[in-house]
Amino acid sequence: MTVAFDYTRSTGPVIGRFLTGLRDATIVGGRLSDGRVAVPPPEYDPVGHQAVTEFVDLPDTGTVTSWTWVSEPVAGQPFDKPFAYALITVDGADTPWLHAVEVASPDDIETGMKVRAKWAEERTGSVTDLVFVPDSVGLDTPPPSGSGGSTSDEVGLIVTPVSLDYHYAASPEESSFFRGLAEGRILGQRCPTCRKVYVPPRGACPTDGVPTSEEVELSHVGTVTTFCIVNVPFLGQRIKPPYVSAYVLLDGADIALQHLILDIPAEEVRMGMRVKAVWKPRDEWGTTIENISHFAPTGEPDADFDSYKHHL
Amino acid sequence: MRDVAVVGFAQRQMKDFDGSPSMAELLVPILAECYEQTGWAKKDIGFWCSGSSDYLAGRSFSFVSAIDAIGVLPPVNESHVEMDAAWALYEAWIKIQTGEVDTALVFGFGKASAGVLRRTLTLQLDPYTMTPLWPDTVSLAALQARLGLDAGLWDESAMAEVVNRSLTDAEKNEYAVRAGGSSVDELLARPMFADPLRKHDCAPVTDGAAAIVLAAGDRAREANQRPAWITGIAHSSDGLHLGTRDLTVSGSAARAAAAVGGTEGVQVAELHAPFSHQELVLRSALGLGEDVAISPSGGALAANPMFSAGAIRIGEAARRIWDGSADKVLGHATSGPALQQNLVCVMEAQENGRAK
Amino acid sequence: MSKIPAAVIGIGQTHHRAKREDVSMAGLCREAMDRALEDAGLTLDEVDAIVIGKAPDLFEGVMMPELYLAEALGAAGKPLLRVHTAGSVGGSTAIVASSLVQAGVHQKVLTVAFEKQSESNAMWALSVPIPFVMPVHAGAGGYFAPHVRSYIRRANAPSHIGAIVAAKDRNNALKNPFAHLHNEGTTVESVLASQMLWDPIHYDETCPSSDGACAMVIAAEDIAKTYDAPAWIQGTAMRSEPTSAAERDQVNPQAGREAAAALWKATGITDPAREIDCAEIYVPFAWFEPMWLENLGFAAEGEGWKLTEAGETAIGGSLPVNMSGGVLSSNPIGASGMLRFAEAALQVRGRAGEHQVDGARRALGHAYGGGSQFFSMWVVGSEPPSN
Repeated sequence: MTVAFDYTRSTGPVIGRFLTGLRDATIVGGRLSDGRVAVPPPEYDPVGHQAVTEFVDLPDTGTVTSWTWVSEPVAGQPFDKPFAYALITVDGADTPWLHAVEVASPDDIETGMKVRAKWAEERTGSVTDLVFVPDSVGLDTPPPSGSGGSTSDEVGLIVTPVSLDYHYAASPEESSFFRGLAEGRILGQRCPTCRKVYVPPRGACPTDGVPTSEEVELSHVGTVTTFCIVNVPFLGQRIKPPYVSAYVLLDGADIALQHLILDIPAEEVRMGMRVKAVWKPRDEWGTTIENISHFAPTGEPDADFDSYKHHL
Repeated sequence: MRDVAVVGFAQRQMKDFDGSPSMAELLVPILAECYEQTGWAKKDIGFWCSGSSDYLAGRSFSFVSAIDAIGVLPPVNESHVEMDAAWALYEAWIKIQTGEVDTALVFGFGKASAGVLRRTLTLQLDPYTMTPLWPDTVSLAALQARLGLDAGLWDESAMAEVVNRSLTDAEKNEYAVRAGGSSVDELLARPMFADPLRKHDCAPVTDGAAAIVLAAGDRAREANQRPAWITGIAHSSDGLHLGTRDLTVSGSAARAAAAVGGTEGVQVAELHAPFSHQELVLRSALGLGEDVAISPSGGALAANPMFSAGAIRIGEAARRIWDGSADKVLGHATSGPALQQNLVCVMEAQENGRAK
Repeated sequence: MSKIPAAVIGIGQTHHRAKREDVSMAGLCREAMDRALEDAGLTLDEVDAIVIGKAPDLFEGVMMPELYLAEALGAAGKPLLRVHTAGSVGGSTAIVASSLVQAGVHQKVLTVAFEKQSESNAMWALSVPIPFVMPVHAGAGGYFAPHVRSYIRRANAPSHIGAIVAAKDRNNALKNPFAHLHNEGTTVESVLASQMLWDPIHYDETCPSSDGACAMVIAAEDIAKTYDAPAWIQGTAMRSEPTSAAERDQVNPQAGREAAAALWKATGITDPAREIDCAEIYVPFAWFEPMWLENLGFAAEGEGWKLTEAGETAIGGSLPVNMSGGVLSSNPIGASGMLRFAEAALQVRGRAGEHQVDGARRALGHAYGGGSQFFSMWVVGSEPPSN
């Protein structure tokens, strides 16, 4: 499962000034209250805590003050081949900057080595607008100067994509539920302490803190305890609105399951309505609750409010 | 200040936890073990506090279902920090100090194997000037290690000695996910991973959870025959940015140690040092001499479950008081890149550190 | 052993907006912090510790952002704690900060809570699909709407109560220069005419998504009593229960009832409706005002909507609620709880400006989070705690 989003970040004046500089192929430092020049400029002075307001344009050359070799790069890093991260003290600055250095092997970098920026042709106002190379390496193109050509507006908003992959696993109790679904069965489990039937079963009964155990096969028929009609579309939504999201208390269970109600106009869905599971065609089944396409009215009379009011 | 002691501790550490990221099913037996140690039940616990991270689990509110492991009806007095459980322990200690409660159970959990930990932790960095380059935790630690090497503050042999001692001690720890000492020469012959770090210089990716029980005064004596009395607990933070702090020292660890009145007399120190050279930084910052036994559990190089490894250091140190093998111990926890935040917990066999 | 009395001596908040594109996350926090420090007449260097709270890190896409923010927040060199208890976090963060003082560990603690929701999309962050679970959920509104329906049925409440709350809070917000929404002319009729988003919840009955922060300075008795009009913390309470459990009451949750009971006991209050002068209650969806009035013990079960309908919760009523405009008018999620706590403190200090309740001496600040399962609340007053 992938959790990915392109975050839009407003930079504020200090980071904005720094990133604007990078877009224009200039390294901008910030002067601290003790006189030192820091790259990148911190938003607030580390000693006096006031906003940093004095900026200094610096050359795009510097010295390696520490480095490490990335032998196994991971996604998102500046190179997909081995490279070095280094602390680089830009000429004219007093504090080092973490960045990447393009060299072929760890033998080609050392503390004290002079490096200079290799700027990207297309620059957006990001720390990825440059990498560093040994000062001894000849550049194919002359160093760019001035604005990246596109615009002279200040960089105020940047987009930082974040994408992480996760392996999601279920607890053993949940797993038994999903295996049941793959066989067209709805399996709950009873808590050995409070005797309530949970569906799906739980690794920890939320009342007693012990795993549910004794298996209970549940009816495919139940009662809508409460519901809402979702009319609002949103990012990442997987069911087209409007739809009815309902709590269905299956006969024999002590907790309601959230699912979709269809085969009835949304405005006619009621608390207490009796519904039954409608399964997808068997060849579409997996180990998922989505094997049940939705719940549909059974046509039985509605359940009495008193019969489910303690499940609200 | 009230006299408060560590009276219960349980842990699980493993390479891959095959279960849900909330780890409720792993916490159930851990809490049961704490009840067994103390002779208590859920109703004896006045306050609960946990430490975990949404980003480690890959979903918002990952701590929410973890509290099911407690069994939270009737409801409980409970809080959560997005930090290692050592800081949850600090919050619980504070709560007991206010007099509002007499006992607390803290826990931490994390399933680091759910994602690629090196990438996940990149999200802890400055989102404007660092994260877009995706520098990983190992690289940051390596930059720190080289600064110390270049400055002559430590050398590769000293780092290898830390590793050798840790992995040798880890052979006696059933929860170690990496164990087995060899020799400094053999370790130094192994290939570089993130030059100047070798794989064994870096804590292994670990899943795990742990819980610690705290109690005040008579409640502590009731639960444990030889409680580990907390005679000093404090924490401090440094800035994250690598440019404006000296990575070869740990100002925050030194401040925390000063706040607990120093570390004189400490016999055993469990240090949370996820990289070998960081133990050297910490020993110096905490003022621990050669006579102090360091991390007899094997420490973080043997197992480093995110969000509980710090608390585990406190629990491991407390055990040395319980079993009578030490009278004064120290548990340490760290959080953030390159030892940014540090917590120190000094425990003694005697309340208030009074002479026997 | 008893707590060392503590009081709020400085309060600051940002101007809350849908997008505060003029500031970074650090800038947003500092805007609130610098105002709180100025109010207290202190500098960052004079603060002993910093406690920060915010809701899920997925909102901003930074894991434990307090780490990179430490320097900008003045926390480098100090103890820094980060609290996360879902939507109640702003309240629980303030409670953790006050306990540091009440325990006698620190004298002056700065607490700050923020959310910069415009960096992502809250609906997305709250609805990241979990494998194996039916993807019927639709953000917080989709989660809470069925429980609002249950309340309406159980209390037999008229369908326009939510609209009364929304119109009241939106008009209160016009008196609060910091509020996000300044919607002139909101009426019960206009609320009912707005789009039905998550039936039974209308668009105008929902909270906005805001960027914002709130900060407070909390000090020990010896310091606080040198200040003009500190807001004394008379009692705090936190309680938690599961998201879902067999027969869990999701309309009137037990954790909320027990937290309130503990709070009234700690403060010696026996009749909250009479003894509390005004309340800032976490109401992200309008119907939660009557629900929480019952849960907190201001009204009997099933009767909360009658207080609302009678106008008793308006400024000038017997129990003004959400004088600031509430969560319905400003909702930087991680800060929303602290804003409730801070607004209660502003009231008892007599510094709430145009939305001041005359003679307010005791006020409630309340927050909840998760699936109506995490509760944090405090009572602040113009007098030090008596016990």
